[in-house]
Amino acid sequence: MELKLPIYLDNNATTPCDPRVVDAMLPYFTEKFGNAASRNHSFGWTAEEAVDYAREQVAKLIGADPKEIIFTSGATEADNLAIKGVFEMYASRGNHIITCTTEHKAVLDTCKHIEKLGGQVTYLPVAADGLIDLNELEKAITDKTILIAIMYGNNEIGVIQPIREISKIARKHGVLFFTDGTQAVGKVPVDVNADGIDLMAFSAHKMYGPKGVGALYVRRKSPRVKVTAQMDGGGHERGMRSGTMNVPGIVGFGKACEICMNEMEAEGQRLSKMRDRLEAGLMQLEEAYVNGNREHRLPHVANISFKYVEGEGLMMGFNKNIALSSGSACTSASLEPSYVLKALGLGDDLAHSSLRFGLGRFTTDEQIDYTIKAISETVLKLREMSPLWEMFKEGIDLNSIEWAHH
Amino acid sequence: MAYSEKLIDHYTHPKNVGTLDKSKNNVGTGLVGAPECGDVMRLQIEVDEATGVISDAKFKTFGCGSAIASSSLATEWLKGKTVDQALTIDNMDIVEELNLPPVKIHCSVLAEDAIKAAINDYRVKNGMPALELEEKKH
Repeated sequence: MELKLPIYLDNNATTPCDPRVVDAMLPYFTEKFGNAASRNHSFGWTAEEAVDYAREQVAKLIGADPKEIIFTSGATEADNLAIKGVFEMYASRGNHIITCTTEHKAVLDTCKHIEKLGGQVTYLPVAADGLIDLNELEKAITDKTILIAIMYGNNEIGVIQPIREISKIARKHGVLFFTDGTQAVGKVPVDVNADGIDLMAFSAHKMYGPKGVGALYVRRKSPRVKVTAQMDGGGHERGMRSGTMNVPGIVGFGKACEICMNEMEAEGQRLSKMRDRLEAGLMQLEEAYVNGNREHRLPHVANISFKYVEGEGLMMGFNKNIALSSGSACTSASLEPSYVLKALGLGDDLAHSSLRFGLGRFTTDEQIDYTIKAISETVLKLREMSPLWEMFKEGIDLNSIEWAHH
Repeated sequence: MAYSEKLIDHYTHPKNVGTLDKSKNNVGTGLVGAPECGDVMRLQIEVDEATGVISDAKFKTFGCGSAIASSSLATEWLKGKTVDQALTIDNMDIVEELNLPPVKIHCSVLAEDAIKAAINDYRVKNGMPALELEEKKH
């Protein structure tokens, strides 16, 4: 089969819709266009039935009851609803939230907002491999702690946090546990009961569903969790999230969950095999480093630093043909490289030199071969024009140089 | 962000990549930027002592495509100019020639700094006082 370019390896940013998902959605734009809240005619009933069915599909993927699923516009909204909603609902119990430094901005910035409202937030550091320290987590809990917010799998490095251990600690202290499952749900088995999750945000477009739809899982039994609505209006989603249901989006989300449920095991194995091959191929280069824990990791993610070349410059060498992300942001607005990589303790130089690979359902072996070759060639070419590489090869310690910071 | 053809050409086929012998008296070396900031440029000039004309220029750059293209362009412009003429190269000339987007203007500033640092190194080596350089905002 001929290789079609460009190759998409940025599946942590978003995934294409699976054609099976699109097929399921299409009728709900045209002939089945009803408002799921229209109680008095068949258009409304048809839409409501579709939403109910999708709710079952979504719930099933994470081992939840359909009544525990609140549809939102995406994971960012679900993150906001979980954190702000718990903060408001449980204000009488306390005002302290524990999270960690490698969370997605949707969690971190929401926590910053909570601080402005007078809440207390502890940002746990992570070890060099990206995992939090469970002892530190437990020590951070006070009698004012109402919520632990730790992500399932990280979007930049793919590291999976010890979810079951975290939930045990949360239970022991009577604290709610929220996890941002955006990158993990549909990719690895997530079971809200076995994992002890009280609230979880996730999104359709990271699992081959459409953009603009996500969900918040809110536990109904032992304990019964409630969140204060952040969107007021018609009282949809049991009053927790008003707004007309995005019926086609929700139908697509349901179908996407069903496909993931059926294919996850085989797909996970296929992806981790391909990812490992990609990694092994690129690690043939000198001074290449894998970022994050390699054992507790999502199967489709790799994050590699190629020392002495800058990530954005590196991507320019192949971004016509390969789409992926870099941890470097070389703009005058922000010279700061990825805060996630910096939280691992990486020097700015390594953080600036990183590439993030997100493999997906439509990634092929041929694409991986092409990628290994194209990236290796670009790294070698750019090192030939890197003054830092030359210094490294001459044995000069780069830390001994007094750099002109700007 | 779409880059200009000229910029992409300089990135794909950079001119004058390499190293001059910095121990030579007629070679000036400028090393600017920092690894933490994501760009480091090393720009070198070789001056014909009889004529005062820059006979060769080389660079090596760690940085994004705009930084690489800015330094490649700078070396092209330097060759054939006298040292005094070289001092008149302004970062905005580079911005215009490569059509750098606003967020990449700092790359051109860095290239101008590298030119001036190389010239100063050459001047100091040859018993001339270093020039006071105005600080440009990066």
